[in-house]
Formats: sequence, C-alpha cells, structure tokens
Amino acid sequence: MPGTVAYQPTANIEVMRQTDDALLIKLIGAWRLQQTRPAFSDIEPSLRESTVTRITFDSQSMMAWDTGLLTFLSQLIGFAQRQHIEIDKSGLPNGVQRLLNLASAVPAIKDTGREKKSVGFLGQIGAFSIDILRGLPASLSFLGETILSLGRWLRGKAQYRRSDLFLIIQEVGPQGLGIVALISFLVGLIVAYMGAVQLVQFGAEIYIADLVAIGMVREMGALMTGIIIAGRTGAAFAAQLGTMQVNEEIDALKTLGISAIDFLVLPRMLALITMMPLLTLYSGLIGVGAGFAVATTVFDIGAFEYYHQTIRALDLRQFGVGIFKGTIYGALVAYSGCLRGMQCGRSAQAVGEATTSAVVTSILLIVIAASALTIVFYKLGI
Amino acid sequence: MTHAANSHNSSNTAGKQQPGESHIVVRDLTMAYGDFIVQRDLNFTINRGDVFIIMGGSGCGKSTLMKHMIGLMAPAKGDILIDEINYWQAMPDMQDSIKHRFGVMFQAGALWSSLTLAENIALPLSEYTNLSKAEIADVVSVKLALVGLAGFEQFYPSEISGGMKKRASLARAMALDPEILFFDEPSSGLDPISSRRLDELILELRDSLGTTIVVVTHELASIFTIADNSVYLDAETKTMLTTGNPKMLRDQSADPRVRSFLNRGEV
Repeated sequence: MPGTVAYQPTANIEVMRQTDDALLIKLIGAWRLQQTRPAFSDIEPSLRESTVTRITFDSQSMMAWDTGLLTFLSQLIGFAQRQHIEIDKSGLPNGVQRLLNLASAVPAIKDTGREKKSVGFLGQIGAFSIDILRGLPASLSFLGETILSLGRWLRGKAQYRRSDLFLIIQEVGPQGLGIVALISFLVGLIVAYMGAVQLVQFGAEIYIADLVAIGMVREMGALMTGIIIAGRTGAAFAAQLGTMQVNEEIDALKTLGISAIDFLVLPRMLALITMMPLLTLYSGLIGVGAGFAVATTVFDIGAFEYYHQTIRALDLRQFGVGIFKGTIYGALVAYSGCLRGMQCGRSAQAVGEATTSAVVTSILLIVIAASALTIVFYKLGI
Repeated sequence: MTHAANSHNSSNTAGKQQPGESHIVVRDLTMAYGDFIVQRDLNFTINRGDVFIIMGGSGCGKSTLMKHMIGLMAPAKGDILIDEINYWQAMPDMQDSIKHRFGVMFQAGALWSSLTLAENIALPLSEYTNLSKAEIADVVSVKLALVGLAGFEQFYPSEISGGMKKRASLARAMALDPEILFFDEPSSGLDPISSRRLDELILELRDSLGTTIVVVTHELASIFTIADNSVYLDAETKTMLTTGNPKMLRDQSADPRVRSFLNRGEV
C-alpha cells in the first residue's frame, strides 16, 4: 500500500496500513471546498488493488473542514459500500459523522429514467413528429369543446362573466387600434409605391387606387391585423391561461364544477370573433387612406379622381371577403392562444414555451387559412 | 481520539470569528410599503452560530423583515449591520460580497424552473467558485443527500412535490456553505417527518458548521426544538414586543400576548 499522497499544506491525507486488512486514513490540514485538497480519485486505484476490509480515520491533525471534506468522504463511503469495505467513522469529527449520517438517512432513488441519453438527428426528428402526432387528438378535442361551448353560449347556457368578456373586448379592440392603424398605414403605403413603380411604365397610375383598395380591403387588412393580433393578443391569452395553470387557478375552477372552457376560453373567443371584423375593416380603410396620400402627393393623381376610382373598385363583395377572412383569423388566434395556455405545464419555463408556441401556431394557421381561402374564393369566382 | 473540529464552534470560521459574538444587528429599523408602516423601532442582535427565530402572528411583517435582512427591501429608517458593516449604506460591490455570505430558502422554494435540481444547486457554485464540473457535481450530490433528495439531480422543479421543492431550495441555499442561512416558513407544507428532519438539519448546520440561522416561522413545535433566540413582532402595535429564548419567553415573559402566542392562546 502506498504511504503518502502529497499536496499543498492546506489539506493532505496519509494512508497507512494498520494490519493486513485494515487501513488508516489520516486527514491533515484545512479541508475547505475552495482550497486545494486531495480528490478521492487519487486514492481510488490503490484502494481498488488492495485487500483491505476496514477503513478507519484519524482527524487529529485536521484544522478545519466544510463541504470539501464531505464530498471526499461521501465518495469514499460510496466506494467502500460497493466494495464491501467496512467504514469506521469514529475517528471523524462528531459534526462530520452526524452530517454523513443525515446524508445517508434517505437512500438515493434509483431507476429514475433520467440518465442522460444522446439522441441523434434522426431520433430528434422522430421524437418531434411523435410529439406532433400525440398532440393532435388533444388539439382536436379542444376544438370540439370550444365549438360545444359556443353552442352553449348560443343557447344561453354557458357559464362565464360578462364583465370578463367586455374587459377582453376592450383589450383586444380599442386598445389595439393604435398599432393596427400604424401597421396598416405603412402596408398601404408600401402597396401603393410597389404598384406605382409598375403602373407608371404604362401611364396607368390611376390603377394604384384599385390595387390598394382591393389589396387592403380584401387581403392585406385581414392578414396584417391577424398577425398583429396573434403577437399581441394570442400571446397574452397563452400567458394568462398558462400562469393560471401554474397557480392551479384552472384546477380551482374545475373543482367548483365550472367549465374552464366556458369561463376562460369562450369570452376570449367571442371577443376576437366580434372585434376582428371591425379591426379588419378599420385596417382596410386606413390602408386605403395611405394609398390616397401617396397617390395624391407623390404621383400627382387628383383627389377626386382617386376617390372615384376607389369607389368603383370596391364593392360589398370585397368588404365581405376581407371581413370573413378577418373573422376566421381571429377565431384561429383565439383557438391557438387558449389551446397553448390550457396545455401549459406548471412552471415559468412552460409559460414562456406556451406563449411562443401560441404565436407560432397562430401565424402558421393564419397563413394556411389565407392560402386556402384565396384558392377557394378564386375557384368560386368571388 | 480528539477531534479537530467537532464542537459547537465553527470549523468553517476557525481563526476568524467566534460563536456568541454579534453577527447581525438590527438598529432602529422601520419598515414600510410607501406610507404604510409595517413595523417600527426594531432593535435586536443575532449572535454568530445561533438559531434565531422571527415570530409573530400572520401579517405582522416577519417575511418583510427577512426581505430587509437579505437585501431585497431597503429600510424606511434605521440600519442593518452584518459583521459590523452597515448593509444599506455599503457600496454595491460590498453589498454583493455580503450577499455571497448568506443563503436563502424561500417560502415556495423559488427554484429556477428551467433548470434541473442539479443545475439549480450548481449555479451559485459555478458563478462564485473555481471548482471543476466534476467537483461541482460531487457537491451537488452531497447537498441533495443532506436534504434527503439523493438521486433527484436530473428532475425539474415542476416534477417534484412542494415539500421536495422546499428541500431542494435548502440544498441550493447551502451550496456555498454560507455563514448565514435564512429560512422563510421552512416547515409549512412539509409532512411531520420531513419537518422534523429539517429541524435536525438546521441544528446540525449550526453545530457542525457554526452557521448562523435566521428562521421566519410560527410553528411552535419547531420553534421550541431549534431556537436559541427570537424576536416577537406584533401586528397591532406594529413593533417588536420582546426578544429572548422562546422557551423562557413562554414561561416567563411579562407580556401576556407573547405568552399567549407561545402557549397556543391557552393563557
């Protein structure tokens, strides 16, 4: 058996063989975590090769200790248990003995399934796909429950607070007017400029009015409002419901026999379904105003001329298509925001993930719906 | 065999400070939320190596007092001295270095939800020590074992119970072997056995490492088991009524409100 493992004067050990099968470990110096001290791995190989069956300690020369000593000893004890070596702790300071006893009072749990496994790229794709597939029934069931809740509302049987509905309507509608106006004006301006660059080549600047009017009222107004509402309101819905999930507020509702869908999801869904048509109309008109400003100031088109052309281009059908699309986008945002909020886990991290997921899902669904509706309306000739 | 470091006094602090000397001094402290005064004229001293209880009825400002002591809330008036340094008058660097000397176990655990238990405990170690990853992992295992959570390294806080979160929070508070440990309602939400184990651990930390321990609680069983000293805050008069060893206060306090509190209202 080796004699001494030498270290800096702060902490040291001497390993001495007392009899053929007994070993004395002498602890010397200050065994502090933040100072250099022997590691268990330094003596492990020699212990492994030896035939000792018993280890004792001498701590008379130890000046001080903290967790640094405990980590060393707990590794040594763990090793000794595996090797069936008896450990006699009586030579250790009383405090160390008591803390070691406390640390071993509750045995470590095993087979937690938390061993770190490395997953390859294909494995990650597979896991991701399985997650999506497993999430699909839950999403559909949530959709079904929401539709049933809307049915109960139509029959006047849904349990929800009207004041909540009006509060959400205020948050979604009036408080969103500023940002919707700004974005719509800028989009209208961009459409006008983009159109003008092409139309000027044919001397057809007047058709800027048609382009902006139909573009904004029929498509862009609804699309831009949908995306703004997804970021602004859908994220807020997910964060609100997610935090309620963390605080067990949703469990509290359920135990009272109140449907969380009626109480929380329905008012949000109704608020968006009622506000989105109005916001879409508002967005379209602001966009048309932006086109008017660009055409009359930059491209010298007469104000009356532009107005007349706009009126000719727009009919109720264009407004109807835009408002219909806006309403659908609103329902999709409410669905995604509430779905992700209700599915939220029970931690701050989960709330963040739910919020991100709500916005991504909303925008994805909006773009899919926009494409599908555009094709359907084209085929129907609307 | 004589032991080098086995007594009540701290091996951790050997050669520096001695038990019994003042560690935290609260002087003329008034606490307020805006114009609303929570407590006024608080004066008491916490000795090194003592288990000190902040007690009083619900809403009397116990947790607020702790927030003042751990640097989360500034006093409306008065001082808090830690090792004779006036915390709220100190420069930010000094405040930070004082903060590294204490650990806090919050009421609901306050574990970082995006980190595993091992990562929660490892964070202070990786930020404020030069330990290698392997050494940090060893410390994490020991700390978790001390609070009865051996093997839970890879669990996230959302996957364990409320009582386990509290214990993991204690493991995190102990990560840096702090000189002072603060506990906010440690026993609430724990089963009797875990609660008893926690009391034992508090006493072990005091006896083995000489840690000064400040506990906010109104659990009488725990108070009588662990306390060396205490302060009683009163919600009605908005000030402290007394300070002293709770067992002595229970039997000998001149104030009937304190005796009543410590006898479960049976006086």
